[in-house]
Amino acid sequence: MSDHRTQATDTVALALRIRRNAVQMTHYGKSSHIGAVLSISDILAVLYGRILKVNPDDPGWRGRDRFILSKGHAGAGVYAVLAESGFFPVEELKNHYANGSRLSGHVSHKGIPGVEISTGSLGHGLPIGVGMAYAAALDSHHHRVFVLMSDGECDEGSNWEAILFAAHHKLYNLVAIVDYNKIQSLKPVAETLGLEPFAQKWRAFGWEVKEADGHDHESLTAALAERLGPVGKPLCVISHTTKGKGISFMENSVLWHYRSPQGEEYRNAMKELGVEADAE
Amino acid sequence: MRSEMIRCLEELAESDPNLMLVTGDLGFGVLTRFSERFPRQYLNAGVAEQNMTGLAVGMALEGKTVFTYSIGNFPTLRCLEQIRNDACYHSANVKIVCIGGGFTYGSLGISHHATEDLAILRALPDITVIAPGDPVETAAATRAVYETPGTCYLRLGRGGEPRVHLGPIDFRVGKAIRLFEGEDVAILSTGGILKVACSAREKLEVSGMKVGLFSMHTVKPIDRDLVMELACTVRLIVTLEEHTVIGGLGGAVAEIIAQMPGPKANLEVIGLRDCFTSVVGDQEYLRSVYGLTVEDVCSRVGARLVLP
Repeated sequence: MSDHRTQATDTVALALRIRRNAVQMTHYGKSSHIGAVLSISDILAVLYGRILKVNPDDPGWRGRDRFILSKGHAGAGVYAVLAESGFFPVEELKNHYANGSRLSGHVSHKGIPGVEISTGSLGHGLPIGVGMAYAAALDSHHHRVFVLMSDGECDEGSNWEAILFAAHHKLYNLVAIVDYNKIQSLKPVAETLGLEPFAQKWRAFGWEVKEADGHDHESLTAALAERLGPVGKPLCVISHTTKGKGISFMENSVLWHYRSPQGEEYRNAMKELGVEADAE
Repeated sequence: MRSEMIRCLEELAESDPNLMLVTGDLGFGVLTRFSERFPRQYLNAGVAEQNMTGLAVGMALEGKTVFTYSIGNFPTLRCLEQIRNDACYHSANVKIVCIGGGFTYGSLGISHHATEDLAILRALPDITVIAPGDPVETAAATRAVYETPGTCYLRLGRGGEPRVHLGPIDFRVGKAIRLFEGEDVAILSTGGILKVACSAREKLEVSGMKVGLFSMHTVKPIDRDLVMELACTVRLIVTLEEHTVIGGLGGAVAEIIAQMPGPKANLEVIGLRDCFTSVVGDQEYLRSVYGLTVEDVCSRVGARLVLP
């Protein structure tokens, strides 16, 4: 088996469903980080709709591509895309953040089909992905390992340890995607710990770098398409995104890293996503 | 201890191509033979312990059994969160090896004194913590952590630790080794200080006490049954460790005894008092400065236990 997809996925529709689910989840769960989820919704849709070789009927299939969400606070997006891709019932999403639920605010693998790694503390995903990629290369397996990181997360030194290692060992099967929305926890990235010249940094560390519009599905597809081969370098896709993308009043706002959509804001958010909010 | 561990790893690596040894750029001369015999199974992660531990988890989740190797606090405290979130929470087969438990690297200064590691790692869920007492236990412990599913911590000395066990041992994770029984005092020792406990016992016996000796190589899961048994059968339990008195073997034993109903043995916790060891000196010297010699153990026992 190589791929569960029998026909082309409408990734635009999938991204919209991720956003709707995530807004509902953060509304009902009264949870944070909707801005971060909206930032990666298109990346997740392209990954699960076009790129990743995964099988919802056999989540542990050895030949699957591995995907790690290192920015675990955007876990609602991963839960949503997994549910929409058939890994578990969409109805379960309503339990997000609820007492006794499996769906914690930061992404968890415990009992959730399709999640490889629990994260939440930043700077953990890439080192683990490096290990998975190293093991796969050692054993001549042909799957790829994808790690989706935040830009603020690139402050963590552990990532740069992993970046050094991946280049030194020519981990051609490793893809780091940076959700570069340019806003981190309290302030813009440029006012916190500036990352520029960002692409040059990755290149100087020995990575192949592609830049993509993180909301343009063709741009993302071109950057992420199958690239196992003789290049001999790990790939970094710097994905230029807008935090809060898709809901006008959430875009480029630090506030929506924390705020939960309630009342009028919730109804307006759902309306912008093309649906009337269900009754509260 | 180090050479016994490596020898054992080589034996295991011969039969298991999925056994990996990852060093944090340490082990000069010691790992050479392993790296030459098993180049596919050896990896130097560089001076980068967070990545070393994370990548060990990644490899473990792909079916490897990964030993991470470094000295002192580098494979543990430096990357504690990777151990907690990545290794333990994912039940990854990562086996953390520390060379230089306690004052092994005494003269190098406090950065190289691993004197809180047992307490800190013991506090994590889903980890096994083992500090073997001599080279014989080390070989058995290395095999035991390899065979124990999930994340394990193996705290060793370096080289030259005296052999205490002269014959074969019955090494089981979570079960202390009973060297001697005695109704007055039971000395419980963990790690490479076992020989001190052994000598102290001999000296106390000469003075007329009946003294038992137990190697508590496994600090987690602690041998609860033994502690509860001893608390009801001897008058004084002594714990000995080259480690802070907070939260290590002494702490683990105290937690059990304190919650037992009824009359029970007194407890004397011997270890490093709550301080940084800023005095310069080798292992033996620092043991004398901080009250961890044979004489110290005997005088502490004597002060607590006056025979009728």
